[in-house]
Amino acid sequence: MAKSEATSTQAKAPPEPISSMALIAPALGWIIPGAGHIVQKRWIRGVVLMVSVFIMFFLGVAMEGKIYQPNTGDLLDILGFVGDAGAGGLYILGRMLNWGGTAITSATADYGTKYIVVAGLLNIMVMVDAYHIAMRRKP
Amino acid sequence: MLAMFQTANLQVSHFTAALIFSLFSSVVFGITTRSYPRDMFRYGAYCFAWFMGGLFVASWIMWLLHH
Repeated sequence: MAKSEATSTQAKAPPEPISSMALIAPALGWIIPGAGHIVQKRWIRGVVLMVSVFIMFFLGVAMEGKIYQPNTGDLLDILGFVGDAGAGGLYILGRMLNWGGTAITSATADYGTKYIVVAGLLNIMVMVDAYHIAMRRKP
Repeated sequence: MLAMFQTANLQVSHFTAALIFSLFSSVVFGITTRSYPRDMFRYGAYCFAWFMGGLFVASWIMWLLHH
């Protein structure tokens, strides 16, 4: 019994202290996709991720995809909003400048809507990755 | 310049849309889920191949269902 307790104690890694970068990098990455990596000097990764998310989002807008609003009351719209909001600064910019179609009227607009939602979801992955780098869980 | 995207009214085929989607999604998957550049590239290529494979399989299934 005592031996197993000692083993389980040894297996537990000490909690890592949260640095300021672990808060700044994901927040910055939310506002500007890829910036969380760039601020940590992962230049190439940051630029490639930034280009990927930006292109997905802007192609979605160019296809007249819909940018969801938070308060429509429709469950599917709320889920769409959660995805869109992941794009952070791009989403805010899109709402401020009234980008995107108001209704999905064609197949291309439907693809565009999916592009915008997925750009946001991919940016959430990018933010989590920036956090892992800041916490030294990833080189 | 940004407003250009809003008025572009881009029209693409389903295949082109799926191809672009697969490419950029695979890039993000590769970079965020692996630690080293070589592994990132390999996993990104792996994801892209699965996206494309799934696209062709789904296309043929839909064609068979339609006919």
